[in-house]
Amino acid sequence: MLKTYLTATVASLLALTAAAYAPSAAAQAKEEVEVMHWWTSGGEAAALNVLKEQLQKEGVAWKDAPVAGGGGDAAMTALRARVTAGDKPTSVQLLGLAIRDWAEQGVLADLTPLAEKEHWADHIPPAIAAFSTYDGKWVAAPVNIHRTNWLWINKKLLDKVGGKAPTNWDEFQALAKKFKDAGITPLAHGGQPWQESTIFDAIVVSVGGNDFYKKAFVDLDPDALGGDTMQKAFDQFRVLRGWVDPNFSGRDWNLASAMVINGEAGMQVMGDWAKGEFIKAGLKPGVDIVCVPYPGSEKAFLFNSDQFAMFSLDDKARQDAQLKLASAIESPSFQESFNLVKGSIPANTEVKPDKFDPCGQKSMADRDAFKSTGGMLPSLAHGHAASAAVKGAIYDVVTNFFNSNQSSADAAKALADAVALAK
Amino acid sequence: MAVISEPAVAGRRSPFDWLQTILPKLVLAPSFAVTIVCVYGFILFTLYLSMTNSAMLPSFTWVGLVQYGKLWSDPKWTISLVNLGIYGVLYICISTAIGLLLAILLDQRIRIEGALRTIYLYPMAISFIVTGTAWKWILNPGLGLDKLMHSLGWTGFTFDWLIDGNMAIYTIVIAGVWQSSGFVMAMFLAGLRGVDSDILKAAAIDGATLPQTYRRIIIPLMRPVFLSAFVVSAHLAIKSFDLVKAMTDGGPGTSTWTPAFYMYATTFTRNQMGLGAASAVIMLATISAIIVPYLYSELRGGRRD
Repeated sequence: MLKTYLTATVASLLALTAAAYAPSAAAQAKEEVEVMHWWTSGGEAAALNVLKEQLQKEGVAWKDAPVAGGGGDAAMTALRARVTAGDKPTSVQLLGLAIRDWAEQGVLADLTPLAEKEHWADHIPPAIAAFSTYDGKWVAAPVNIHRTNWLWINKKLLDKVGGKAPTNWDEFQALAKKFKDAGITPLAHGGQPWQESTIFDAIVVSVGGNDFYKKAFVDLDPDALGGDTMQKAFDQFRVLRGWVDPNFSGRDWNLASAMVINGEAGMQVMGDWAKGEFIKAGLKPGVDIVCVPYPGSEKAFLFNSDQFAMFSLDDKARQDAQLKLASAIESPSFQESFNLVKGSIPANTEVKPDKFDPCGQKSMADRDAFKSTGGMLPSLAHGHAASAAVKGAIYDVVTNFFNSNQSSADAAKALADAVALAK
Repeated sequence: MAVISEPAVAGRRSPFDWLQTILPKLVLAPSFAVTIVCVYGFILFTLYLSMTNSAMLPSFTWVGLVQYGKLWSDPKWTISLVNLGIYGVLYICISTAIGLLLAILLDQRIRIEGALRTIYLYPMAISFIVTGTAWKWILNPGLGLDKLMHSLGWTGFTFDWLIDGNMAIYTIVIAGVWQSSGFVMAMFLAGLRGVDSDILKAAAIDGATLPQTYRRIIIPLMRPVFLSAFVVSAHLAIKSFDLVKAMTDGGPGTSTWTPAFYMYATTFTRNQMGLGAASAVIMLATISAIIVPYLYSELRGGRRD
């Protein structure tokens, strides 16, 4: 296995050294962008194709550098190899704090002149812009905003058991019980650490409120992480554990979504990328699939945002192409068509919500409403709240708790300890 | 004449001689250089990284033994070591036992031995990723063995170790043993074939039964094979990563983490390269503790011969 990775790394290094010479000569002649990303699944690839075509119209050639693997772990490994070898791609899809990590290495380009010309600061919510800028300079172009604290409910099953979409914890429990009594698995869940953490994020903000979430997961305050409120969050998580089917271990998120689609399970807590699965199955979000924020987290918008970071380049033609790429990414037309396909909402607030489904419209309304309330909160599970090391440490505690009989008190203590060690 | 020709011959032979001495060195030099840099060089580099605060990319800020302190206070590292202990001991013992048993059975001059030997050996030709994925499906209660038994009417049957945090490591043992037993069998079979038939005849004349012959004579003769089997499977166990990655991905929870899995997770997904390097160094030390005495005894044995 290690060998496979090493081979891959060495291969990419070799490919890179070879590539480093070839394009630099070619780039003199034409403008070209090389875009590294992990959007390889059907819908995502189609969405990205919109950008590709738009750029080609402007005479910029598109060199695709996809590295498959959802979540981008493989892409990040490949990126490290490339940058270490001195062959920087034009642009790379990055998530959250990874942008800051690369900016700290001093390898990202400064997009500030373009951003000022196009008034990005006026169109992009400050919470998102915080991730696109480093040291006061724009280094990345945000593509979208995903909301992760959604609860998706199969409308047909909801009507069958005579329930209504829950708005608080008690209603949520009542509905789950109704599903259970009707022989339906209340909660579709995939037992992978990131999925468990996605749910736990929503629980923490629901139990403790926005300020507590920030204190615990952004400021990493030990008292918040190991305190009573966190214990209550673990208590709620334990209740949820009772609502999943016994065979959840290792299941992929889209298979969990499929359980909601085909009526095996009533609900799923998942980010809005799940919409893609629902739409593919012919169900309309907001109509056949009810979407509500995770009960108790209505005042919070837990987000993750895909961004394209631009790497600093020496070649003038490639620099120009890079700016054209950044400009195209922020254009309302691309933001609209891309996000309609992807299931997320535009990072550019100029885009009108008309064409989006009710869930997307709700997201967009909340995005604008929470601008000043502090309700836009970075998702821990998706690498926006804390460093990769801390995120990993929290994953471990959360997934361990969910897959064992650990007490909430022990889990909260383990959480504080693990974060202290990883910080 | 002889007096004159001899120095002449020596003079003619000397450049050829020189070439003959230098040629093997020349041929070996590139691979030697590559080994020096890519194996020993990188081992030293890893050792150095483990004493820096390297995070996402290598950094050269010296922090001493801080990463080792972190490593040993991390409960996941403890889990990883315990898992390695369980997995290593069971994997080595069971695959050796099964391998020996299969070899003895195959050694009874049975008819389609060639075909059987190939069948048992073939799992070794499959990568651990494939083995892991296949066993993940077989042991998944929702689609594998459990479901099959239930649909055959045996509804009381449960085998849910894969999704039970306390038992999941044993499912990895099952898959590992399945994969390696055939290979160990091949090693033993070769050893059994090498036993001097005169000894066996002498034993038969002395009236030893077949089980006695095996227990008292043949198996003790297999000592070097046991050692080789142990060394081969021990290093497979210590670097066990792909099987875990494919089968459980460390789960449920963190219950099936192994040191190699820990190294990968910290170095490549969590931006803790220094910590990952420290764990790699500990793994190297563990492997050395096994391999070095083995090599030492082998080399010494060679000299004795």
